[in-house]
Amino acid sequence: MNVAAIVDSVEMGIIFAIMALGVYITFRVLNFPDLTVDGSFVTGAAVTAVLLVHGVPPLIASITSLFAGFVAGLCTGILHTKGKINALLSGILMMIALYSINLRIMGLTLENEVSRPNIPLLNAETLITQLEGFADRFGMATFGLLLSLALITFSFKLFTDYFLKTEIGLAVRATGNNPQMIRSFSTSTDNMIILGVAISNAFVAFSGSLLAQYHGFADVNMGTGMIVVGLASIIIGETIFGKKTIFRATLAVIFGAVLYRIIISLALSTGILDASDQKLITALLVILALVGPHMMEKYREKNRYQRRQKEWLQIRTAAKGEKTSA
Amino acid sequence: MLELKHVYKVFNEGTPDEKIALKHIDLSLKKGDFLTIIGSNGAGKSTLMNIISGVLQPDYGTVKINDRDVTLMPEHKRARFIGRVFQDPMSGTAPDLTIEENLAIAFSRNRKRSLRLGITRKRREFFREALAFLNLGLENRLQAKVGLLSGGERQALSLLMATFTNPDVLLLDEHTAALDPARAELVTELTGKIVAELGLTTIMVTHNMQQAIDLGNRLIMMDHGEFILDVMEEDKKKLTVEQLLHEFYRIRGKQMTSDREILSSLAAAK
Repeated sequence: MNVAAIVDSVEMGIIFAIMALGVYITFRVLNFPDLTVDGSFVTGAAVTAVLLVHGVPPLIASITSLFAGFVAGLCTGILHTKGKINALLSGILMMIALYSINLRIMGLTLENEVSRPNIPLLNAETLITQLEGFADRFGMATFGLLLSLALITFSFKLFTDYFLKTEIGLAVRATGNNPQMIRSFSTSTDNMIILGVAISNAFVAFSGSLLAQYHGFADVNMGTGMIVVGLASIIIGETIFGKKTIFRATLAVIFGAVLYRIIISLALSTGILDASDQKLITALLVILALVGPHMMEKYREKNRYQRRQKEWLQIRTAAKGEKTSA
Repeated sequence: MLELKHVYKVFNEGTPDEKIALKHIDLSLKKGDFLTIIGSNGAGKSTLMNIISGVLQPDYGTVKINDRDVTLMPEHKRARFIGRVFQDPMSGTAPDLTIEENLAIAFSRNRKRSLRLGITRKRREFFREALAFLNLGLENRLQAKVGLLSGGERQALSLLMATFTNPDVLLLDEHTAALDPARAELVTELTGKIVAELGLTTIMVTHNMQQAIDLGNRLIMMDHGEFILDVMEEDKKKLTVEQLLHEFYRIRGKQMTSDREILSSLAAAK
């Protein structure tokens, strides 16, 4: 694997990290398994692609995806809290609804059709080409894009860190932690869930928007399995980098997303595995990250026990020795 | 301050499991009153607390706090005026948040939560002072996660959090029942101290008769959804556990005999 290939996978990892941060907010902070992600990721890509085709400046086209994702999240949150629909089911319902909506959104670029499965952006000016051009001017052709993407992702991370420490953010965290408690402190858990899921999906949609601009196309199927990628990033990140404080946990999520990408491309570059094996590798990775620490802890415990046992024996024999000599 | 009129609640109405939990309860507390409620399981104590806090809605009757009708106000809105401590020490705090974060949540109870930081230097100082009042050394562990505290410490923290915005009504639902005797004693003592200092209007449910006698200026005994004994001020000071038990059996016994009379008269009528 050459440098360019590694840079590529790190860049993609950094883009996916924004999505993973979104998933972190629902899964870890709110304790809400939100499957909207597979749909809202594409919504972000579709909205941005359509706006770009219509000649909207890339920055505005990208930021609009945030709002699109926010609205998608609002719907899921409202279905769950006000409609009393199970969390998983409300996510799934939104996910399939968004599939059709995304086709319609992309259809806005055609005059004689209402839906469209993909939009190529190969020759369009995008946020990515703008960033590349900007980096070129400073003579950082190889790492310039990577750095600017990292900057974007870090601002999302810092926003998350700050938000979760505000008065509202604390209430969102308490909602995921102990709903009975936060209700007794005059906060509507419904509103906190709706807000959290909406912010989460805004992140996810923005990530989709960036990926579409990065690859040069938006596709209705590009979100499939996204939720698993997000979860894998969180779990790998937490296992390796820890989650003691929020600052650390969100950092771990970003590193997890990048690491995940690198591992996948390493695994595929060996030539033994095919691109179609990617899902299997993902599953194995997550299993390893979940089971690994558990096994390690058991092994350590066993070692500790045996050591103590030995020490105790030594002390006893030493004590006996003293008795007989005395 | 707190007024309940004809509050009536029935569960599983129209089924064989029908149970009338509250039978037209009337209750009126003045500001600063401290009421303790005792009664056996199923007497309706918890239902009464849940109706005041808004977890349940009565089938009939009204609940007023500060002359404001809150009968149909949802739980989280009503929580502005009501401080609560639950029986389970795990219920009143968020375990994965730190002590100061929990306090910050309690601090913004009666104001609008904003996008400002929940913990500022000034607030931290205030939290430290408030915690020092508990005398448990928690003021030096502001950044410790609450999940690491013992049950007694968590319950003392819950009590502080429930009271430090000066709620109109404080509800204590068997809040010492899950603690060991020494910790229960400590939390009871703190309760008396805090309530007296802030002059809070308080209702405490308990199974501990001695506690019910020691704390507060009014005692009510509940049974089958009714108040069967109501002792105020001076009379309450003279109460003993023996007297309470005696009263309980006297009243319950009377009911039992009257039930027996009805049954025997029915049998005679046949």
